[in-house]
Amino acid sequence: MPAHEIEIILSRQLADCLTVPVFIVNPEGTLLFYNEPAEGILGKKFQDTGPMPVDDWGTSFFPHDEDGKDLNPLELPLVQTIRNKVPAHKTFWIKSLNGKSTKISVTSIPIIGRSKVFSGAMAIFWDNEVKL
Amino acid sequence: MKVKLHGTRGAYPTSSPTNQTYGGNTSCIEVIHGDERIIIDAGTGILGVDFDRYYKASRINILLTHLHMDHIQGLAFCKPLFNPKKEVHIWGPSGSSESLQSRLNRFLSPPLFPIPLRDIPATLIIKELPNTNFKIGKFEISSEYISHPGPTVGFRIKCGSKSITYMPDHEPVIGKSHLFPDDDWVSGFNLAYQSDLLIHDSQYSKKEYQTKVGWGHSSLEIAAEFCSRAKAKHLILFHHDPTNTDDERTEMFKTFMSTVNYDFPIELAVQGQEIEV
Repeated sequence: MPAHEIEIILSRQLADCLTVPVFIVNPEGTLLFYNEPAEGILGKKFQDTGPMPVDDWGTSFFPHDEDGKDLNPLELPLVQTIRNKVPAHKTFWIKSLNGKSTKISVTSIPIIGRSKVFSGAMAIFWDNEVKL
Repeated sequence: MKVKLHGTRGAYPTSSPTNQTYGGNTSCIEVIHGDERIIIDAGTGILGVDFDRYYKASRINILLTHLHMDHIQGLAFCKPLFNPKKEVHIWGPSGSSESLQSRLNRFLSPPLFPIPLRDIPATLIIKELPNTNFKIGKFEISSEYISHPGPTVGFRIKCGSKSITYMPDHEPVIGKSHLFPDDDWVSGFNLAYQSDLLIHDSQYSKKEYQTKVGWGHSSLEIAAEFCSRAKAKHLILFHHDPTNTDDERTEMFKTFMSTVNYDFPIELAVQGQEIEV
């Protein structure tokens, strides 16, 4: 399998160094990586899930609004960034795989390197109840 | 193909009786196939290129991995630039906003250098390299951004069935002593994969690397692990730290070799060395 582009590799290296949860996806929306702090919120280790297509991760972590109504994956910031190649932001709830609902704020940015090629996107998110 | 190492030192040139074995000139190699030659990087090693003898044709090709001083310092004193009959093609990495020409001009202009780029007598053709493949004569070249501060590319040069990969400045994984287990997360992997010869950064010992994380360079251990993972067939350890004497570098290499058991040849780069590929 060919190596990812350097911008994606360096994004992962950055994510590895951060205490804030980070998600990295490719231009098709396939989840390439999430870091250890994200594992805590999502309730599953990346090494157990591995890469996941957008249809899987968009629903696997059960994003919902404050009334408990499921969010359409198209409303997720990362999905919007993949579609539009622009930053996006949203606050919502996710139910992790261990059943706990957490209110999070997500900011996603496109990853566009010096070649001006859209390599994917990175989302940084916060558990709103936890002080970093 | 043949590779000639004109400069093997990293960071800055050094000249003393204690570093004559591996050489004191900064990064520059020449790749040769028959009458065709390309030069990669223009550290002070470029001053050892015999332009009078081997560059009868008007066109000269110089590929730059990046614009750190130890890779362009010799450019200012490169003879063909001052010959109006020469056409010098300089290839280097694209930046995010400022052009390669503009970035080069910051060095090749007063007050750092008396002659601005626009007044160089040779015909200069400056070409920006993103991740791309291109040809120069019989050389098929791939350039790809790799992990090092500032815009930096590595090169893979293929000619016939043989290939050489050159990454003089490269830190495959920042802040870790080992590469990520999956090959697709290793910077530069595509360029190095199954190369017949890999010339790779190895500026530091394992211990030194611990205090130089993020500086963009590798330890001998990381370079060898990278070579092994990429299944390259021959490793030349390059970009020697200028603070190392020959004896220190030799000792470092011996210690390293006593701890590993790779199935490919590993050598320290020696200025002036020619390697058949």
